[in-house]
Amino acid sequence: MPGQKSAVIFAWILLIPALAYVAAIVVYPLLQTVNLSFTNASLRRTTDYIGWENYAKIFDAEFATIIGRTFLWTFLSVSIKMIIGTGGAMLLNAALPGRALFRILTMPPWIVPMAIGIFMWGWMYNGQFGMISGLLQRFGLVDGPVAFLAYGNTAFWATIITDVWIGVPMVTMYMLAAVQSVPQDLHEAAWTDGASRFYRMRRITLPMIFPAAITMSMISLISTFNSFDPIWILTQGGPSGSTTTMIIDTYSTALGSKKFGEGAARAVVICLFLSAFALLYFRAITKLSKRMTT
Amino acid sequence: MMKKNAMIDRYRWWEVVLMYCGIFVFLFFVLAPFIEGFLVSLKPLGLLFSTPYKFLPENGSFKAYFTMWESVPEFGRYIFNSFFISTVITVVVLLLVVPASYAFARISFRGSGTLLGAFLAVNMFSGAVLLIPLFRLMRAYGMLNTYWAMIVPGVAFLIPTAIWLLSTYMRRIPRELDEAAYVDGASHFYILRRVILPLAMPGITVVAITTFIGAYAQQFIFALTFNSKTEFMPLPIGLYAYFGRQEVIWNELMAASFVGITPAMILIFALQRYLVAGLTAGAVKQ
Repeated sequence: MPGQKSAVIFAWILLIPALAYVAAIVVYPLLQTVNLSFTNASLRRTTDYIGWENYAKIFDAEFATIIGRTFLWTFLSVSIKMIIGTGGAMLLNAALPGRALFRILTMPPWIVPMAIGIFMWGWMYNGQFGMISGLLQRFGLVDGPVAFLAYGNTAFWATIITDVWIGVPMVTMYMLAAVQSVPQDLHEAAWTDGASRFYRMRRITLPMIFPAAITMSMISLISTFNSFDPIWILTQGGPSGSTTTMIIDTYSTALGSKKFGEGAARAVVICLFLSAFALLYFRAITKLSKRMTT
Repeated sequence: MMKKNAMIDRYRWWEVVLMYCGIFVFLFFVLAPFIEGFLVSLKPLGLLFSTPYKFLPENGSFKAYFTMWESVPEFGRYIFNSFFISTVITVVVLLLVVPASYAFARISFRGSGTLLGAFLAVNMFSGAVLLIPLFRLMRAYGMLNTYWAMIVPGVAFLIPTAIWLLSTYMRRIPRELDEAAYVDGASHFYILRRVILPLAMPGITVVAITTFIGAYAQQFIFALTFNSKTEFMPLPIGLYAYFGRQEVIWNELMAASFVGITPAMILIFALQRYLVAGLTAGAVKQ
């Protein structure tokens, strides 16, 4: 296109508002977080630089447990999201009457305010009156009421399931798009050769949607690692820390105990992990696209 | 073609039964909290806490839907706040994102790929990581406990996906159109306003809807942290205050939740085609 130079200037003029906004609200606070992590900032008026003291303080056995728990929680949540979402996508792709309606019915968890969906889960997990405990008792699977959020082990799983519930619509719709983009002639050719439906699913659909599944897991990994609402609303990290992930830990250190400096150090550790995930994500994408083209 | 498809998609009866069972289980998982919430909203408070557990309500009524307006006096205000905050966020996001997307989609300049990547990287950081400096920033500019406390950070985290969606859409508009206009002596600004904007309207609509829903569905952490004034609280936080109490009036809380999410539900059915496009395209970040 002619007029290259003026076009480039125009492009930058158009970009400046969005760039300035993100710089002010995301980049600057991010740098501030790093800066704060070397101070003893709190509600007190004075703030001193204390070097690596915060980092030395936070790396103890408890923090190691929290990191381990966060990884386990994230891994389980992402895996279950992917399994349910991919399974759901295949079912919603089947040429059955009513599938348009079923697809719409998949979306509510994504579209209603997340917090409100989580309130409803809070009631479901209630031992005396909730649906889950009630149905389990009705079918004789448990003897008495089970208060899911009152015990570490069950609370851990309860928060995972609620997080899965929030993520499932997005994974399902994304994987549905992937399933639909598998060329129909592949299926037809295999079908002509007498391949069964199960064989075609295993040898055509699954390999073809594999790259999309990797992409989706990576996106899901980052958002799940950052997950705050389900845990905070259901348990606030309890009982006795059994659902405290790194995000929850950072939040309660910084805004619960008002230890801004120490909280910032914890936030920086989270950012380091997130950057590692992002790197992993880009490497996976480039590797996949290389494999697909050669 | 049609006929072949029809044959390849013909299922045996047990396959159909199996698949419907699968769909039923899947949808039950997705909708269970809503079913439970709705049933709770129908049960009278006294019967709510009766054991053993009863799935269906006895003497169910819609009474809670009327009494809740007295128990949660600010309820109408919360809904208004939710819509107000989401609307302002959507407008600001569009004002920032439409020009930026045009630059990414229609003008080639050095570093545009890297810059787009940098925008997308914002998605990596949740608000929770940036809360402390944001809190200080808000305090410094006197934005704590105002609508801005929820609008300003809300906008930032909705920009990346919106830019991605809209620039992808604008890239698909044929180049010949702006080139022809350029040859006729039109300025870049004129091309943006008179050629690209009208053609990109459907894309802008999708972005507006997904941004609004993002803003509506995800308002929690900023509102929880940066605002403590009842009159500015959005619906989820307003109800959270009731949720946290010792004696929760569960049936009214659930009724309030349902009234609160009804507008969103209506949106789903009215705009579902746009939603699928927005949801899937938003996820594609390759």
